[in-house]
Amino acid sequence: MKGHEPRSSSSCAACKLLKRRCTPKCIFAPYFSSDEPSKFANVHKVFGASNVSKILTEVPEEQREDTVNSLAYEAEARLRDPVYGCIGAITLLQRKMVELQHDLAIARACLARYAASSSSSASSCSSSLVWDDHVIMPPYPDVPACNGLNYGFSQTSSDLTQYGPVNDFGHSPYVL
Amino acid sequence: MISGRCAACKYLRRRCPSHCIFSPYFPPNDPQRFACVHRIYGASNVGKMLLKLPPHLRAQTADTLYMEAKCRIQDPVYGCVGIISHLHQQIRIAESQLAKTQAEIAVFNSIAREAQVQEIEADSNFFKNLLPEEITAAGLRSYGYGSPSTQTFKFN
Repeated sequence: MKGHEPRSSSSCAACKLLKRRCTPKCIFAPYFSSDEPSKFANVHKVFGASNVSKILTEVPEEQREDTVNSLAYEAEARLRDPVYGCIGAITLLQRKMVELQHDLAIARACLARYAASSSSSASSCSSSLVWDDHVIMPPYPDVPACNGLNYGFSQTSSDLTQYGPVNDFGHSPYVL
Repeated sequence: MISGRCAACKYLRRRCPSHCIFSPYFPPNDPQRFACVHRIYGASNVGKMLLKLPPHLRAQTADTLYMEAKCRIQDPVYGCVGIISHLHQQIRIAESQLAKTQAEIAVFNSIAREAQVQEIEADSNFFKNLLPEEITAAGLRSYGYGSPSTQTFKFN
């Protein structure tokens, strides 16, 4: 009977899931520890172990941890939202950015009007009393109105499924 | 059937069946689209993902998978997560600029309101100090409150 080597008690999450021996040179071991089994499970479900291994071997070793973390993030997003994945989050963020830029432009225009009116000499009260039984006080210096500023930003939803159909990838700054 | 194979079946060098899960979304005139997706996800995973979804959502899914795969190929370390991170940073900067601009507007508003209040008080004090006989049209004209009328006004 062929003797089996005892399985290492320190198998990484990948080798545990794949039911194989975790060697000292296992490419997954440094990044998929056994106390985070779902991390590798998600990545394997979306990308597949062999594709992850290929991606990791293509990047320098010092960048592999970041690569694994971004793959795990993408996999989780895709599992939560099988249709849009991370692209949905990008679209939401781009819309928020457009709204912010719009509001910032309005606020800056308003501020510029204030600055322009304050730099000109202070206007004296003009005499325009209404001659009636009651005196109406003279008009006061014209203060630029800053109404209509939209500060009701749409909230970035943490639930990636809350966005509707996404058809405007072409309008985003990130035309993928 | 050799002619009419979708890009996936051409790439995988297999027959393209009539109900091929890939063919509506990976046409033969765009071989790079399937190649990208296959390189990152693998054909089997893509097929499983598409099959799990109702048909009316599969086109959008194929599009987003292609976009994410392209991002990952262009940036193997961060993929589209790099874009998300960059957008978060840009939003933080824009929010901070907006808050700063709003604060500056608030300062101007309060200065303007203060000026208005001071003018009201000044004019109110002015009228209070007038003697009754000075409160005539001619008297007001002399103080710069012109009026063609010579009516006398009563102030409560």
